[in-house]
Amino acid sequence: MTDRDVMQYDVVIVGAGPAGLACAIRLRQRNADLSVCVLEKASEVGQHSLSGAVIEPGPLEALLPDWLDNPPEICVPAGRDRFEFLTAKRSIRMPTPPQMHNNGNYVISLGGLCRRLAERAEALEVDVFAGFAADDALFDDDGKVIGVRTGDMGIERDGSPGPNYAAGVDIHARHTILAEGCRGSISKRLIAHYGLDQDRSPQTYGIGFKELWQLPEGRAEAGLIKHTIGWPLPRDVYGGSFLYHLDQDRVYVGFVCGLDYPDPLFSPFEAFQQYKHHPSVHALLEGGEIISAGTRALIEGGLQSLPRLEMPGAMLIGDAAGTLNVPKIKGVHMAIRCGSDAADFIADNDTSAGFDAYFRANAGGRELRKVRNIRPGFKAGLWAGLANAALETVAFGKTPWTLDNHADWSSLDKLDERDDNGPEKVARDLPPRDRLASVYHAAIHHEENQPVHLKVRDTSICATRCAVEYDNPCTRFCPAGVYEMVDDGEGGKRLQINAANCLHCKVCDIKDPYEIIDWVTPEGGSGPNYQNL
Amino acid sequence: MKILVCAKRVIDYNVKVQINREGDGVVTDGVKMSINPFDEIAIEEALRIRDRGEADEVVVASIGPGSAQQQLRTALAMGADRAILIETDAAIQPLGAARIFMQLVETEQPGLVLMGKQAIDDDSNQTGQMLAALWHKPQATFVSKLELADGKATATREVDAGLETIEVDLPAVVTTDLRLNEPRFVKMPDIMKAKRKPLETTALAELDVDLGPQLAVANYSPPPQRQAGVMVESVDELVAALRDKGVI
Amino acid sequence: MAEVLLVAEHAGGKLNPSTAKSVTCAAAIGTVTVAVFTDSDDGVASAAAQLDGVSKVLLVESAQNAQALAAVLAPQVVALASNYTHVLAPSTTFGKDLLPRVAARLGVPQVSDIMTVKSERQFGRPIYAGNVLVEVTVPDDVTVVGTVRTASFSAAATGDTAAIEKTSVDADIPDHTRYVGLESHGGERPDLQSANRVVSGGRGVGSAENFALIYNLADKLGAAAGASRAAVDAGFVPNDMQVGQTGKIIAPDLYIAIGISGAIQHITGIKDAGTIVAINKDADAPIFAVADIGLAGDLFEIVPQLEQALDS
Ligand SMILES: Cc1cc2nc3c(=O)[nH]c(=O)nc-3n(C[C@H](O)[C@H](O)[C@H](O)COP(=O)(O)OP(=O)(O)OC[C@H]3O[C@@H](n4cnc5c(N)ncnc54)[C@H](O)[C@@H]3O)c2cc1C
Ligand SMILES: Cc1cc2nc3c(=O)[nH]c(=O)nc-3n(C[C@H](O)[C@H](O)[C@H](O)COP(=O)(O)OP(=O)(O)OC[C@H]3O[C@@H](n4cnc5c(N)ncnc54)[C@H](O)[C@@H]3O)c2cc1C
Repeated sequence: MTDRDVMQYDVVIVGAGPAGLACAIRLRQRNADLSVCVLEKASEVGQHSLSGAVIEPGPLEALLPDWLDNPPEICVPAGRDRFEFLTAKRSIRMPTPPQMHNNGNYVISLGGLCRRLAERAEALEVDVFAGFAADDALFDDDGKVIGVRTGDMGIERDGSPGPNYAAGVDIHARHTILAEGCRGSISKRLIAHYGLDQDRSPQTYGIGFKELWQLPEGRAEAGLIKHTIGWPLPRDVYGGSFLYHLDQDRVYVGFVCGLDYPDPLFSPFEAFQQYKHHPSVHALLEGGEIISAGTRALIEGGLQSLPRLEMPGAMLIGDAAGTLNVPKIKGVHMAIRCGSDAADFIADNDTSAGFDAYFRANAGGRELRKVRNIRPGFKAGLWAGLANAALETVAFGKTPWTLDNHADWSSLDKLDERDDNGPEKVARDLPPRDRLASVYHAAIHHEENQPVHLKVRDTSICATRCAVEYDNPCTRFCPAGVYEMVDDGEGGKRLQINAANCLHCKVCDIKDPYEIIDWVTPEGGSGPNYQNL
Repeated sequence: MKILVCAKRVIDYNVKVQINREGDGVVTDGVKMSINPFDEIAIEEALRIRDRGEADEVVVASIGPGSAQQQLRTALAMGADRAILIETDAAIQPLGAARIFMQLVETEQPGLVLMGKQAIDDDSNQTGQMLAALWHKPQATFVSKLELADGKATATREVDAGLETIEVDLPAVVTTDLRLNEPRFVKMPDIMKAKRKPLETTALAELDVDLGPQLAVANYSPPPQRQAGVMVESVDELVAALRDKGVI
Repeated sequence: MAEVLLVAEHAGGKLNPSTAKSVTCAAAIGTVTVAVFTDSDDGVASAAAQLDGVSKVLLVESAQNAQALAAVLAPQVVALASNYTHVLAPSTTFGKDLLPRVAARLGVPQVSDIMTVKSERQFGRPIYAGNVLVEVTVPDDVTVVGTVRTASFSAAATGDTAAIEKTSVDADIPDHTRYVGLESHGGERPDLQSANRVVSGGRGVGSAENFALIYNLADKLGAAAGASRAAVDAGFVPNDMQVGQTGKIIAPDLYIAIGISGAIQHITGIKDAGTIVAINKDADAPIFAVADIGLAGDLFEIVPQLEQALDS
């Protein structure tokens, strides 16, 4: 193989999300002598970013007091809050839970925010490399992280170098910061390698869908923020919808459900599409057009699942660690805060050692502590969860106990253990017709000749054990139709992986019941091209 | 010999374009922009020619907004030696573009001009031919193979009937088709090097070019959706329907 | 009244079908004169004269016109253009190569790929690979130069007999461009990208061996053979046969989709096809929502029957 180029930085940051970019900006604000680079697997910063997103501006304001002078493409001050419980036909107004009040917040596109942050970082002479995925961490002989290797480009399907092969580079840095967001591929390996999650509850996750719609004139009420729970989710699925009204008759419509759902036949994508056909939502969307759509996993374990944030030579920040505030479904301000904290810590101490305690003692850690018991309370079902949530909120999280989380991969019931199939489905007429039509709105691109980046360690159980036990849930939890069971030409079935459909949501890596799917980074620049999600 | 490559910043080809609410343009907010893919092929070809020792300098020029510097930096990172941005926020039509490039040709005196056969935004497929005409030099369009020797270029063109080969005297304008080459990946160290390569920006107004008569472009609309036609019940009906439509 | 000069495309003594289609467009604008540039009058001029809507054919015979080279033809077209309000050519590689060179010399803009004629100076044309249509208007005082998107116009009928006028032009013809040769598309089957007819198979075809059904039908129709991504990924066919978003984007007059469900990524590749025929056993398959003619049923029964029926 070719000689690898080596590049040297003081700090290498993996992932140009709010955490990574805030960290880069803060590092240069604190110490203009530090050389900093940020790697982003999307072809441009923001193209893989997907969030609600109603953000709490506090940490952003602290970092960049003038951020509103050049706001993200979508930036609408939050208006009225509504919280509703849905039945198949009706919506019942409920008091908005205190964590869901949004006075002073903004509805933004995360892609837009990340683009603005990247511009600011570049103005501070941070090298932002979009289109380059960090493939793996590099270690020295003492087992300390010394940087990352970027993925090779131009590899053929069979793994051999193609005519345009370009070897990845090794980036050596005194500090490696993992800001890969939820279920980062390197973060996952490092957490296991250093046992950073020892003595913690298992991490738990959700799947989040989002569409940006252009509606006929006069329909949207800019700033209106609506959340629902209830229909069409079965009682044993934690989740609900969000509907954020933007300017110019645009709305964000989205849906989140916990990946600890037990029914192997449950399809999160279908639940989202069902929700859009609730009479109250259907009337809003009818006649509109989807501009962009996508899916991303969310990290929901909170404090009890938060791994140790430090290891020799490296740190985890933002959702790569799991700093999202679940009851609020807000992670952007936490990611920015955590990224800024990491930068301050490096600027002051020039080491990762001690960062974990530093973060936990800071505002971010305190915020997570307050809400730690709300999400696990929903394991007992919706109503118990709501009651628990009310209790925890009134007590400001000062209840003496901490509830445990359960690993999502282990939460599926076997087919023969189930009799409830959830609410009856309604006929659909709004776009997208199916997952492939939805993927179309993600403007996705993968060089089709590259090796499959979804590594299934043992495909022999797909047609045998998995088919019997769970009826191949990958064909349902994947929002992009990556996994298909097709005829193997010999009267049986085999797994077909349509890697080029992949939205990089990482749900398969999380939910597969045998824990045998590994999501690894495809060729840099591949993946969705979200427009303002 | 110097090669001048013309490259345009366009909406990335993976993006599903959206017409704006006014119907007088398309949405560009938050939309990914790229080098026009055919121009990227032109850049690659120029670099390969230079790296074979058949040219000594590759200059990439673009007409567009200040943000087109980003695409020019990419061209520099691919390996171009120098870049020129003629900066304007106006949408420049092919005749205007050809006249602007003609001015660059006069100052740069390239032995070969390469550009994409068309830009994937307005799909005009005119600029290269127009430049060749204004320059009174030969053109080779839709080129899928290019060889240079003895002051001449032998070009294989992808024409409707097959592959046509022509020979032209240099200097000439060559426009590239998809199969000419596959552009290289940009390497990270080269991105760093590109930051230090010369990128010269000139405001269009400073050039004093008459852009010529302009087409008025209006009424952006989506193409009509295909509708479901008839369902037939048998092969015989199918054949009859095909004959009816005159397609067999 | 508009006076349109249409440059004929021809080769080997045959008028290219694109010319007859362009005549239909030209006739919607004004009086049509067809210019035939050739080295010997081999019947092309009289073929052009028979097209309905043509009022005159100009025959420009000269040894230099043996091959259609833009650099050679452009000055001649420019010389003729002064007598006309419009200069058109088909939007084929021939017309696309030639006309911008003419427009630049005339100092006028060009309208590429005219799809519709709204008035003498206003036209509809596609941009963004046909995903957006726009109306363009040419300013009043300049010659209108445009190429005609042939798929948008039907061929002019024949039967007329317009006058053929031999003429010579006074133009400075460069010798910097030389024709070397043409290699026609090889192989028994036409090239997928440019074929007028395409038969494609999907995952429903089931195996590489079964694809013989597709090839046989294609050969019967003189069609190219294509496939869906699922068929490519399953290893039934090589990936250069893939039609769709990441494969080839094609616009044949006839497209027959067999055992293809009609995912949007596939449809994107054929949205400009003339007639789409779908054969699929699932009557609810999305392909039927875009097919002009649909037949629900088992392809293994239908395709052999269809082949037979085509014989009779
Ligand atoms: C549906 C949904 C709704 C949400 N709603 C809200 C909301 O309303 N308010 C709110 O505050 N938060 C919300 N969140 C949460 C919020 O989006 C996240 O908490 C936040 O984005 C985390 O920021 P981050 O920088 O840690 O990670 P991310 O934003 O995920 O960014 C990580 C970046 O790293 C890149 N990357 C990953 N791996 C690699 C690699 N190996 N090499 C190179 N690049 C890599 C990714 O492409 C990505 O750009 C929501 C999330 C979802 C999914
Ligand atoms: C980013 C991206 C790019 C893509 N690019 C492309 C592309 O370029 N081209 C492309 O084609 N796809 C592309 N796809 C894939 C596309 O979404 C579909 O998965 C694919 O087109 C499906 O192929 P198919 O219709 O052959 O297979 P299927 O969807 O499996 O359909 C097979 C069909 O055959 C029918 N059938 C089965 N047996 C019979 C029988 N005996 N008789 C009659 N009918 C039968 C079935 O009813 C079914 O409708 C892309 C997807 C993505 C996400």
